[in-house]
Amino acid sequence: MSTEIKTEKAPFVRVVKQEGMPFSKRVVVRICFVLIALVVCGFLINAITSYDPVSVYTIMFEGAFGNARRTWATVREMMMLALIAIGLAPAFKMKFWNIGAEGQILIGGIISAGCMIYLSACPAHVLLPLMFVLSAAGGAAWALLPAIFKARFNTNETLFTLMMNYVAIQLTSFFVAHWENPKGSNTVGIINSANQAGWFPEVFGQKYFINVALTLVFAIFMFIYLRYTKHGFEISVVGNSENTARYAGMNVSRIMIRTMLLSGAICGIAGFMAVSGASHTISTSTAGGRGFTAIIVAWLAKFDSATMLLISLLIAFLNSGATEIASKCKLNDYASDMIIGIILFFILASEFFINYRLVFRKKEKGGV
Amino acid sequence: MSSTALSIKNLSKYFGSVCANDHVSLDIYKGEILALLGENGSGKTSLMNMLSGIYFPDEGQIFADGKEVCIRSPKDAYALGIGMVHQHFKLVDVFSASENLILGIDPSKPLDRKKINQELKTICDRYGFEIDPDKKVYDMSVSEKQTLEIIKTLYRGANVLILDEPTAVLTPQETERLFSVIKNMKKDGKTVIIITHKLHEVLEISDRVAILRKGAYVGCIETAKADESKLTEMMMGEKVTLNIERPEIKDKKLRLSVKDLCCKDAEGRDHLKNISFDLYSGEIFGIAGISGCGQKELLEAIAGLQPAVSGSSIKYFRDSEDEATELIGKTPRAIRNMGVHLSFVPEDRLGMGLVGSMGMTDNMMLKDYDSGKLFFTNRRKPGELAARIKKELDVVTPGLQTPVRRLSGGNVQKVLVGREISADPTVLMTAYAVRGLDINTSYTIYKLLNEQKKKGTAIIFVGEDLDVMLELCDRILVLNAGKCAGITDGRKITKEEIGLMMTGSERKQDEH
Repeated sequence: MSTEIKTEKAPFVRVVKQEGMPFSKRVVVRICFVLIALVVCGFLINAITSYDPVSVYTIMFEGAFGNARRTWATVREMMMLALIAIGLAPAFKMKFWNIGAEGQILIGGIISAGCMIYLSACPAHVLLPLMFVLSAAGGAAWALLPAIFKARFNTNETLFTLMMNYVAIQLTSFFVAHWENPKGSNTVGIINSANQAGWFPEVFGQKYFINVALTLVFAIFMFIYLRYTKHGFEISVVGNSENTARYAGMNVSRIMIRTMLLSGAICGIAGFMAVSGASHTISTSTAGGRGFTAIIVAWLAKFDSATMLLISLLIAFLNSGATEIASKCKLNDYASDMIIGIILFFILASEFFINYRLVFRKKEKGGV
Repeated sequence: MSSTALSIKNLSKYFGSVCANDHVSLDIYKGEILALLGENGSGKTSLMNMLSGIYFPDEGQIFADGKEVCIRSPKDAYALGIGMVHQHFKLVDVFSASENLILGIDPSKPLDRKKINQELKTICDRYGFEIDPDKKVYDMSVSEKQTLEIIKTLYRGANVLILDEPTAVLTPQETERLFSVIKNMKKDGKTVIIITHKLHEVLEISDRVAILRKGAYVGCIETAKADESKLTEMMMGEKVTLNIERPEIKDKKLRLSVKDLCCKDAEGRDHLKNISFDLYSGEIFGIAGISGCGQKELLEAIAGLQPAVSGSSIKYFRDSEDEATELIGKTPRAIRNMGVHLSFVPEDRLGMGLVGSMGMTDNMMLKDYDSGKLFFTNRRKPGELAARIKKELDVVTPGLQTPVRRLSGGNVQKVLVGREISADPTVLMTAYAVRGLDINTSYTIYKLLNEQKKKGTAIIFVGEDLDVMLELCDRILVLNAGKCAGITDGRKITKEEIGLMMTGSERKQDEH
């Protein structure tokens, strides 16, 4: 037939936009991609270590949830990530690129450690709230500076917040050297290991109960704040278009500064949690890159609190699991980073396939 | 009839679930001027984009000189002699005319500026273009940029030229010049396709008219046998009478008095210079001018979004002429809090008037979300308002929570205009209120404006289609490079006179 569509010169594959994929299908696509990622990782590990993929994942699961201690370590890590992501959410929703969570965490951590060292005589019900408030103020101050400059002079907040991280790291080094214990170790060591002053107390016999409770409270707060308050509405409008915000009569500079104060404060509290609720010490690796990982968490979750918790869980699980594989299979730490990288990459790729589909060149029909 | 230059068979293009072109078949003959007519969103541009290699068709075939071809990129299109001038020009601002000309052509050849300028001159002489080869694009007027774009396609050897809404940005005089150039090209044997939705232009310039409606091909008609009402009927699919009402003004009261308004940009250049006018209740006050002549700044200055130079004054009168409120130096919120009922439909609908990612309900509360003392937002009233606007203005949306950017352009504008009118304004400002809208929605908007006018609202209407403005506006202020070129009576002035005022002193400046 002469009207047969002739396509031999057509491009091999084209990308076509699609909109309005139903929610259930989106979930299926995302789950499929995580599964594919796990299979790919399994084969990769199998190729390197000759462990079979199933036992690799058994090891991973055991590494994360093998016993009560490991489970709680994973949960602690998850809460840490989630809290930082919750802190970043309002800033990123406002399209304020707060890359400075690392620094804000460290400042909160330094203040908490300082309180623990100098105020160890205070009773816990005074000391802990004080540390909470002061580290929040510290984190907020660290975020305030870039916010003011952005609001006033429209400086680039990405670079500014990033640079503030390096200042915070240097400050941490200074205080680590200052509080060195024992002398010459170049570490602070466990602070107040004797009287545990400034440590999160055990509640219901659970060491990390407060970590969980604190994060959940902030998760619920952030959910309500972003969705149902006037502040949350302002943040969405500014994030969408500053022109619209000005048109609606909003004071964009004030909203920007206020939101960054909140964002920095929560990241500061995350630093407090890292010191008081987890490591009980301070070092330049107290933040440990979580301030960056949490950006991925916040974006993947589209700033929804419950989703942020879920993604934090996934990453915390991968972290502990991958570390376990690395040690069991005598691989180094980079192997676990690789696995996490592959899985995150697949999760991001799934978004592409939700928004677009590929059209391949049609096979030429016979007889032409 | 001469042989076909291009032939389209069953061409379709889909964007997601939206069908932009639905099995369109069309023949284009050598040496003709074909007008491609259709409403906004009827698929004219996407069809032409498939010919020029911007889009790849989802279905169908294209034949050039009787042979089937596959156009995968603009390069392929040029190889077949097809060149397109897009509505948004694709020029490098910091390059000169001749540099833009050779952009992307065979980089291995040495750069011979003399030869290029020579070739440029040949093309200009042949068709009657006027252009300075060394002028930078950023110094050019819109009309010059368009000329350069057309020369560019000719320079690259195009025999079929596609012009996408070429007259939308031109004054009546510039349009005349463009049409004479197009006729010269036709004489030279070139095929020209003009995308447009202006009927009188179709009748003036084209040999044949092809009509698209909702992505589908309706038919082709020889221009000599067509008239406006026939074309409208084909375009709309039904007989419609298109008249814009202009009710007489009743009960004129002073509402706004602008005196010596001056605005400067960040570099200290004048955006607006000494603009003065009075605005009365119950009138539609048009503002005409080439785009970017200060229209945006004027409206934004009144809305409190644009700082004005000291000495400027904008007075708002609530009830009587003794009770004046100065608007200069106040923020939009301060103006609102003083009880000034000022509504503003800005040019950038999704970037300023609405929040694209929010639904109708949230967009309704954009301006009064902070009413009430509670820390929380109240979505009950905005929800009711959204439902009312959806019903009264027939907004097509899957739901009140569907992000408004997913709606079509016409529905987006209905949401915005609906909200601004619902605030019961005494002064209503609209910027390019019907840009990109289909005919029916445009007339809905005109009707809404006239209803407001009858209610005694003072309306400022910034427009670009002079024919419409002459039918709708009571008075028209003509802006020329930020200055007021005069305030005219909309019932008496002609299009040509306004066109001259729009460009008048600009030419005087050139002579100096």
